[in-house]
Amino acid sequence: MEQLNPRARRDPFGSRINRTQSSLLAYGLPWVTIMLGSLTPWLPIIAPAPLLPPLGFMLLLAWRLLRPGLLPLWAGLPLGLFDDLYSGQPLGSGVLLFSLSLFAIEVIEARFPWRNFWLDWLTASAMLTVYIALAALFSGAALTLVQFTVIIPQLLLSIVLFPIIARAVAMLDRLRLMRVRRID
Amino acid sequence: MASPANRRSGSNKKAQLGVFTGYVLAGAGVLLGAALLAISLLRPGTFTDLRTVAGDAVSPVGEAGAEARTGSRNVFEAVAAYYRAGSRNAALQEEMRVARVRLAEAEALRQENVRLKAVLGLTEEDAKPVAVARLIGSTSSSARRIGYLSAGRADGVRRGMPVSSPMGLVGRILEVGERSSRVLLLTDSESMVPVRRATDNVIAFAEGRSDGSLRLRLVNLGINPIKEGDVFVTSGSGGLFRPGIAVAVATEITRDGAIARLLSNPAATDVVVVEPIWQPDAAAVLGTAPPEAGEASGGD
Repeated sequence: MEQLNPRARRDPFGSRINRTQSSLLAYGLPWVTIMLGSLTPWLPIIAPAPLLPPLGFMLLLAWRLLRPGLLPLWAGLPLGLFDDLYSGQPLGSGVLLFSLSLFAIEVIEARFPWRNFWLDWLTASAMLTVYIALAALFSGAALTLVQFTVIIPQLLLSIVLFPIIARAVAMLDRLRLMRVRRID
Repeated sequence: MASPANRRSGSNKKAQLGVFTGYVLAGAGVLLGAALLAISLLRPGTFTDLRTVAGDAVSPVGEAGAEARTGSRNVFEAVAAYYRAGSRNAALQEEMRVARVRLAEAEALRQENVRLKAVLGLTEEDAKPVAVARLIGSTSSSARRIGYLSAGRADGVRRGMPVSSPMGLVGRILEVGERSSRVLLLTDSESMVPVRRATDNVIAFAEGRSDGSLRLRLVNLGINPIKEGDVFVTSGSGGLFRPGIAVAVATEITRDGAIARLLSNPAATDVVVVEPIWQPDAAAVLGTAPPEAGEASGGD
């Protein structure tokens, strides 16, 4: 068979013979990518104003919307704590907002069980709006009109960027399900 | 796509319990988050150790990235060197900008000298820098403006020390880790620096606006003497920053002061100098040494 077609016993996730998924990769990859997203403050970008979208939170949303049930409901606690260590927000703001948003998605999913791209984008946009506004409120900075004019570009950028992040997460999902482990 | 059915636990007792535990844990997460947030808003210094340890863990990676930033800029410079006229023009403009800052600083120093000579008996020694370090990154998605620096307690960095670049003041040290520290940038809305006009003694406070500019508020209200293009330098009051470090140039006049542009844009800065606190005794008495004065007094 292989002489006729070398890919005959393979599918997009790798060879179907004698190989299986690695549970470390399958369950660990979402956590690792979200935590890497939380490390964006260490990128060599020194912004005079809040400019970059909250990548950790966006990756969390994308994973949660793509694969319901993969991240446990309590994942907001450890991931939010990690995000707080680097984001510059007071500790606890990420824990609270990440946990609440996972609850909110649970409720939205129960209300709209059939979802598509537009509903996911709408959900993510609404969540990002609330997240960025509340994060600015919790940041401990004095709230002025300037603050709000500053976060609007960041918000728009986050909303526009979300489909790209979701697509990247979908590619990571294929990597996640690669059959890399040999069965002996 | 429909959501998966695996969360419908049916009559399986174990599955029901698992779902229930998940909700309880998540609810506990929300409550814990609210509690932590309340604590860190009321007592900002509480979780310093946790953050600094976390910062130390990641700083080597960040430093490599910062070096890559400097390196890649050199590559761009090499490419730009082909366009001779443009690059030379840019270099000259840069030089001009530095010179203007230098001139303003020299003028400020001259003023300082005149004033010090008037006050006999007061001597001033040169401030030796504590450490030379790299600005690694900044909180680019939060409303707070905090930078990460590649030097920490091991290099002699302490809380409250001013951080400046050749172009001017950048900020002050907020939290210190073993090998990395966090810098409160001037544009953070919590940051306030006493400044004066480089040419005379018009004194003001420079507050961050967290959009990359500063708000200058005059101390003596009355007729606003500030004009566009005036350069402001640190005044030295408060004892934290030594006088005469360039801070900002006024771009827009308001009723009680001006909106000013930062002279040392942190985005264009990679190597910065950490200086000792100018007058530690005065700063301690005035309570300006801990960055978030008063609130963090219960911290370390």
